[in-house]
Amino acid sequence: MNNTTSGSGLPPRHISFDILRYNPQDPATAPRMQTYRIEDADSMTLFIALNEIREHQDPTLQFDFVCRAGICGSCAMMVNGRPQLACRTLTRNLPDVTTLAPLPFFELIGDLSVNTGKWMRGMSERLQTWVHTLEPAPDLRKIEARMNPDLAEQIYELDRCVECGCCVAACGTAQMRQDFVGAVGFGQIARFRLDPRDVRNDEDYYALIGDDTGVFGCMSLLACHDVCPKSLPLQTQIAFLRRKMAVA
Amino acid sequence: MKTVVTDVLVIGGGLAGLRMAIAARSRGHEAIVLSLVPPKRSHSAAAQGGMQAALANVTRGMGDNEDVHFEDTVRGSDWGADQIVARMFVNTAPKAARELAAWGTPWSRVRGGEREVIINEERVTLAERVDAHGLIAQRDFGGTKKWRTCYVSDGTGHAMLFTVSAHAISLGIDVHERCEALALIHDGERCYGAVVRNLITGELTAYLSRATALATGGAGRLYRVTTNAVICEGMGHALALETGVAALGNMEAIQFHPTGIFPAGILVTEGCRGDGGLLRDVDGHRFMPDYEPEKKELASRDVVSRRMEEHIRAGHGVSSRFGPHLWLDITLLGRRHIEHNLREVKEICESFLGIDPAEQWIPVRPAQHYTMGGVRTRPTGESPWLRGLFAAGEAACWDLHGFNRLGGNSVAETVVAGMIVGEYIADFCDKAENRVPLPVTLGEEFVKREAARLEALLGHSGKENAFHLCAEMQEIMTHHVGIFRQADALQAGIGRLQRLLQRSRDIGLTSKTWGANADLVAAYRLRRMLKLAITIAHGACQRTESRGAHFREDFPRRNDQDWLKRTLAFWPDDDAVLPRLDYEALDVKQMELPPGWRGYGAKNYVEHPDTPARQAEVEAIRTQMSDSDRFAVQHALMPYADKLPSACEGKNERLEEPLEE
Ligand SMILES: Cc1cc2nc3c(=O)[nH]c(=O)nc-3n(C[C@H](O)[C@H](O)[C@H](O)COP(=O)(O)OP(=O)(O)OC[C@H]3O[C@@H](n4cnc5c(N)ncnc54)[C@H](O)[C@@H]3O)c2cc1C
Repeated sequence: MNNTTSGSGLPPRHISFDILRYNPQDPATAPRMQTYRIEDADSMTLFIALNEIREHQDPTLQFDFVCRAGICGSCAMMVNGRPQLACRTLTRNLPDVTTLAPLPFFELIGDLSVNTGKWMRGMSERLQTWVHTLEPAPDLRKIEARMNPDLAEQIYELDRCVECGCCVAACGTAQMRQDFVGAVGFGQIARFRLDPRDVRNDEDYYALIGDDTGVFGCMSLLACHDVCPKSLPLQTQIAFLRRKMAVA
Repeated sequence: MKTVVTDVLVIGGGLAGLRMAIAARSRGHEAIVLSLVPPKRSHSAAAQGGMQAALANVTRGMGDNEDVHFEDTVRGSDWGADQIVARMFVNTAPKAARELAAWGTPWSRVRGGEREVIINEERVTLAERVDAHGLIAQRDFGGTKKWRTCYVSDGTGHAMLFTVSAHAISLGIDVHERCEALALIHDGERCYGAVVRNLITGELTAYLSRATALATGGAGRLYRVTTNAVICEGMGHALALETGVAALGNMEAIQFHPTGIFPAGILVTEGCRGDGGLLRDVDGHRFMPDYEPEKKELASRDVVSRRMEEHIRAGHGVSSRFGPHLWLDITLLGRRHIEHNLREVKEICESFLGIDPAEQWIPVRPAQHYTMGGVRTRPTGESPWLRGLFAAGEAACWDLHGFNRLGGNSVAETVVAGMIVGEYIADFCDKAENRVPLPVTLGEEFVKREAARLEALLGHSGKENAFHLCAEMQEIMTHHVGIFRQADALQAGIGRLQRLLQRSRDIGLTSKTWGANADLVAAYRLRRMLKLAITIAHGACQRTESRGAHFREDFPRRNDQDWLKRTLAFWPDDDAVLPRLDYEALDVKQMELPPGWRGYGAKNYVEHPDTPARQAEVEAIRTQMSDSDRFAVQHALMPYADKLPSACEGKNERLEEPLEE
């Protein structure tokens, strides 16, 4: 990729990345900040920038990318203190000095890589985030059960969560309690609650989230809502669940 | 040394892998799934456009059924597909879509009554049947006669993967995340699992299993410009190839998608064109009708991609400092449609291009997209050379797609093959003869071998850099083994790739840690990727015809007489620099749909000597049975029902085709 900013005649811009480095696998090391400088380029994202650093300056740097298209949720990290998807962060929108750190709360794998997958699986098992039916397996030869098209769209609206962990990283309650289910958990409960295929009722959901590790732990600071890269309607959903759970 | 024992080891946690694990688990076998990343981040999540299944729910899908889907698939494949597999697939796809519906996928649904759509630049009012209200909706996709593509807005793969993953979690299926299979454990006849590296700690473990299934996805990262995720490096293909026993099929068949955003290669879905979007050139001219008057923007992907490159070569591209591109125009679909049905597209345009696709055209150019070739298997999913080794999904070649896959047929294939192959895996595990003790010592030997290789890599102070060699390989593949191919360039490409393979023996690592180490990972994967790259280039060079996505400028015609056959590639041993190729003829005499013109693209091809006789035979059977129903005719032409596991048998109900009990 060509790396001058387009034809203005100005010298190319350089960006510095101050990256929090730590490898818990290696007991000899301690957490430290390390600075890397690269030349900015048109339509450069943090995906491109971090790979350039790894390929040309420091192959030991750890981070996670998969789809690099904002779809899979692998690359959430703290960019100047705010959790966001690195692949969708254009470097032209960053200041000359940018700090990168791993998401807090989740188990650290190394440098910018955290184990969101493990936590999400635990959350999913705990909240049983799958459709519960009493029906025997459906006869797959037959026409599918109908669903109201608007309802299907509403369910998808909540199903769009990519489990990136940004909401939990931004959450005030999660800072204090490791067992908090987080906005991602509420979003999923709201999703299954809306789904007519799931036979669970509000009492069932109450048993899952009706305490301080669930909706009553939420302090309504709602940073989760502001940082969600998929713009899920977390604020309304959490408020709604709290009302429902309060009467359940 | 650590050993893990299980009935079924599934390597890959995307749609195909998870669905196979569910099938095995549901039949009472223990299954462990391995994945490089948390399974929901597998590349299946990136599928936007949809899944083909002949449900015939929407007006424009009326009259659709297995027969039509079958013909579209075989034509799309340019007659490279195994027609038995295609039949098994089209009959199971509606069941797979309906199963997902029952498990929770929020499929977009039909709205009864009138609605406006854009077809061929015109606003058209379509009336959806009232009795179809609430059934799974379907959109148009390239290369299909009917609107058959089921979708969840434009996040289909995400929604499917989350559903299947949730179902796997509900069954308590273990997924070992951030674990990479490095080698298959086998004795030359039967596969017994894999050597697995923990990507966090670097620890090696022998996973011993009765059945081992590869579902590792595609190999797009062999190319510089690809729509594929960074983990799509063909590692499952390499696992099979490196056994020296199992073969890969049709590796030269690589699909390029017409609309990768330029220059990053991130995909915008075919749904854009399916919903009425147009391709335009530097003058704003809609050029596809000039080349393809019938299907226009919706000819199959190989055809559209070639036409685009042809148009660019003719000087009609838009120039930019990264090279020329064309435009995709979806502004005519209107903001409401884009914000509801093409939302991922909108997000991608905003985040990566800084444009609003409801107002501005999207810069696009074809990018590598899909690996039709894969681990060659029987219709049961099992390798004919290595018992107990199965494969499904993009990593496999049971051969549904031949030389070109239709949009929407891939995610459909993942779940369909997951169901079918999963059942066969369970059958395999049930058989007494396969319940042999697992070879612990063999597992240990394989672990030692891999450990020694890694130690050698770490200990060697060579002068080459894996990242840079990898970039060179991607450049070579893009330029020499891309959309347009010809003998000299392919030969030169093979030579350069072989030199890279030599140089890769002299990689020096900066980071010497045994645990998480990107440098080490890049180094050991690179050698495997190079073997695949050479396999693709060599296959492409030998195949002196054009078929589907494989286009030879020096041999522009499809040649059924000499090339109606599948390429099989074996990698002899670790010192080899070229695979051994073998060929497997397709039997025209057994085909339900003998080779002919696809209905789009070039019309001239060299006929197979058996085609006229088979064509006459097929026509005679059809005439003779003109009073019989379509199932009876199909059965007379090419029986396949005995190949379907009982869980997947049976006709599919449609509004127009009620099931008789
Ligand atoms: C951008 C994009 C859009 C697409 N849109 C569509 C569409 O609309 N419709 C359609 O039909 N198809 C579409 N496709 C194609 C389709 O998404 C894929 O072909 C399909 O999802 C592949 O699924 P899979 O289960 O075979 O593999 P994947 O989902 O790629 O999963 C592979 C799995 O293997 C694991 N793995 C790989 N190597 C190893 C190893 N060595 N050890 C352990 N684990 C390993 C990975 O971690 C991952 O879990 C699209 C593809 C792309 C790139």
